[in-house]
Formats: sequence, C-alpha cells, structure tokens
Amino acid sequence: MAETVKKIRLATVWLGGCSGCHMSLLDLDEALIDLLTRADLVYGPLVDAKKYPEDVDICLVEGAVTNVENLELARHIRTNTRTVISFGDCAVTGNVTSMRNRIPVSDLLNAVYHEVSAPIGPEALKVLPALLKKVIPLHQAIKVDLFLPGCPPHPERIAAVLQALVNGDDVDLPADMRTFG
Amino acid sequence: MSVITLTINGELVSARSGQSLLEAIRDQGISLPTLCYLDGLSTRGGCRLCLVEISGQARLQPACTTTAGEGMVVVTHNDKINRYRKMILELTFAERNHTCAVCVSNEHCELQTLAAELGMDHVRYDYLNPQLGIDISHEKYGVDHNRCILCLRCVRVCDEVEGAHTWDVRHRGIASRVITDLNRPWGESESCTECGKCVEVCPTGALFDKGMSVGEMKKKTNFLRRILDGREKNQWNR
Ligand code: SF4
Ligand code: SF4
Ligand code: SF4
Ligand code: FES
Repeated sequence: MAETVKKIRLATVWLGGCSGCHMSLLDLDEALIDLLTRADLVYGPLVDAKKYPEDVDICLVEGAVTNVENLELARHIRTNTRTVISFGDCAVTGNVTSMRNRIPVSDLLNAVYHEVSAPIGPEALKVLPALLKKVIPLHQAIKVDLFLPGCPPHPERIAAVLQALVNGDDVDLPADMRTFG
Repeated sequence: MSVITLTINGELVSARSGQSLLEAIRDQGISLPTLCYLDGLSTRGGCRLCLVEISGQARLQPACTTTAGEGMVVVTHNDKINRYRKMILELTFAERNHTCAVCVSNEHCELQTLAAELGMDHVRYDYLNPQLGIDISHEKYGVDHNRCILCLRCVRVCDEVEGAHTWDVRHRGIASRVITDLNRPWGESESCTECGKCVEVCPTGALFDKGMSVGEMKKKTNFLRRILDGREKNQWNR
C-alpha cells in the first residue's frame, strides 16, 4: 500500500518590499518543481487565493511592515501559521523600505501625492492604507521563527531553508549564507 | 625575550611577555572577533567585541588592551560572552543607518561579515534612524556617517602612521562624530595629504573612494604592515 505523505502547506506574502524576494524564489527553477512535490502553495502573489487560509505550515513573508494593512495581515499570518519566516532584508531589518523613517509621514505624502504632478494624485490617499509612523521589521510586529536574510536572498539560501524545513530538519545555514545585503 | 605561561580555554599555552591577550589568543589559532583593533595601530578597546573572561576579574575584559600575564586563566567563548558580542553588534546596527543592500561596502564589510559569523540574524532593539549626513567635499574621498561605527581606525592611522592628524572626534557618546580639521568639510582640510590610508583601514562603508557604487568598495588593510615593517627596516627614504 502506497504511503501517503501529508504535503506541507506553504504560503508566501508580499508586504512592504519590491517583490525581489519572490523573484528570487522563482529563480529556484527546477528545485521549485521538486519542492512542490512535497508542498502545496496555498496563498501568495503567485497563486489565486483571496484569503489567507488557516492551518499553514510555513509562510515566507517578504517586506517590512509599513502600513496598517501589513500589520493586520502579519497578525493574521501569525495566528494561522506554524513557522513564520522573515524572508529577505526588508522583513528582517526594514532595509530600503525603512529608509523613509527619517522623514515625517505627512512630508512624505505631500512630496509624493501633492507637490508633484504624478499620474495618481491626492485622491489615492482616500483608498491607500494609512502608513505607520515608522517602518518596522516583521519581528517587531509579530513573533518570527526564522530569519532568511539577503536583498534578495539568493535562491540557494531559500532552497536550503525550505528543504530543511520540509524534511523536518533544523535550519543551519553556514555564515556566508546568513549575510545581509 | 621572556616567555610566560597562561591558560586559554583550558589549555596551558605560552606567550611572549608583553604580548597582548588578543595576540596570545590568536597565536593559538583561536578566532576572536575584533572591529576597532587593527594590527599596526595603537589599541583602543572601543568596540568591546574581543571581550574575554579572566579568572578573578568580575568583569569581562577587552583582550586587545589587556597584556597577557603569567598564570592568567582566560575563556574566549561561552554562552555569556557570545550573547554579549551579539548584543554589541545589534546595538551597532540599531545606532546608525545600515542598509547593506545599497552600501558601497556590501559584501566587503567587516561589520556585515562579523554579524553573519556571530549569528546576529536580527536586531532586537529599536532602530534609532538618526538623521546623519554625508560629506563628499573632498576631491577623492567621501565619509558617510550613517555607516560609521566609531572604531576610530581613521583617527589613529592618520595620526600615527600618516602623521597628519586630520581626523578627530567631536561630542560624546551616541552624539559622537568623526570630523576633519576641527569640523571643517574634508575638502577644505589643509592637513589632509590625500594619502587614502583612512579609507583603506575603515572597516565599513563609512569611508569610501568617490565614484564607487554599491558593493564596489574593497579595502586592503594589509598595506599597513608593509609600510610599518618597511619603516622599521629603513626601506623607505621618506
Ligand atoms: S557599512 Fe557594512 S554593515 Fe553597514 S550598511 Fe554597509 S555593508 Fe552593511
Ligand atoms: S587621506 Fe590621509 S591625510 Fe587625509 S584624512 Fe585620510 S589618512 Fe589623513
Ligand atoms: S569612519 Fe570608518 S574608520 Fe573612521 S571611525 Fe567611522 S567606521 Fe571607523
Ligand atoms: S577589538 Fe578589542 S575592543 Fe575592539
């Protein structure tokens, strides 16, 4: 009788980042196909699911927490996920996303939506989620189980982490795979 | 040359009398993290990464400024020391603005490398995001205070090796800044000889050659030994 191994429920989320970490995930190439024989991708920018599901095993969270929507989603992820991974430098440190922290939010919004003639003007502010006063790394919003640094993290790092987790092993990256930047 | 005996991590070892504890430890092939220390410059004991435990002393001591002593019993790594070293790095990252991904020294930075080596995978403290400037008034070099860790290698090399003493520090504690010529723009400095030694010894992306883009700034600190050894052997005429 063939043994049925329960597939890992994997989610990916894109908060305040540039999607570069997701691009790096796609750069896993064939390794991605191998991975998907062991895991189901249940949520994220790469799949068509409207709502973050319950009972997720692993979630890769790209991006820093920069607005109220990010914060809400982060909390929702934490409640419904066993292993939350800060995926890439923006999630881990705030990185480029947090470079706005030295500028007051009102000045920032003025500069982008009021002072210049942009294709989208002040009307955007009615629908955009409110910015937090300061961009924070994910672990300052919720408890994070693992940190996967890099801008973006090299596919090798992503593969090493996901393979270890899918196999139920401890994640133990060598120092040169743990650098920021 | 007299020889002393001490115990490092449970092993009885010998060292030269007068040697620093850091040198004695490294001579045993043990890797001890350092940031402010640089072979050839005076020691400063500023970064505290080289802290070790010495029996009979209540506090951890920096190995770089401690002279190895006869009969000393020293521990270089344990849970407490490792924890302190990580905290020091976290505070360093939190204190100024480090964005490795867009830094001239990305992938060639001593701070970045140490963070990975010592397992500092995130910063538990609030980032201070201070408002700091960049001075690119000098024709050849720039200083980015966002990346400065106040190791003061620049101050020491300029004073002790180049003999110009262009660099200094103003203010105290967290407000400290490295300055050139009593806080004039570097480009207006009359004492700077444009030798570039400060840039070469700076462990981070704080001092850089102008025109360098992300990750392009590679530094070689070993030039210092060559200069100093050459001086000692009278290989240089000036
Ligand atoms: S100085 Fe080093 S640690 Fe700081 S941002 Fe640059 S590469 Fe990163
Ligand atoms: S370039 Fe040379 S002289 Fe000028 S500040 Fe640096 S070390 Fe001093
Ligand atoms: S500019 Fe560089 S060498 Fe000088 S104190 Fe700052 S980090 Fe150290
Ligand atoms: S290397 Fe000893 S305190 Fe910095």
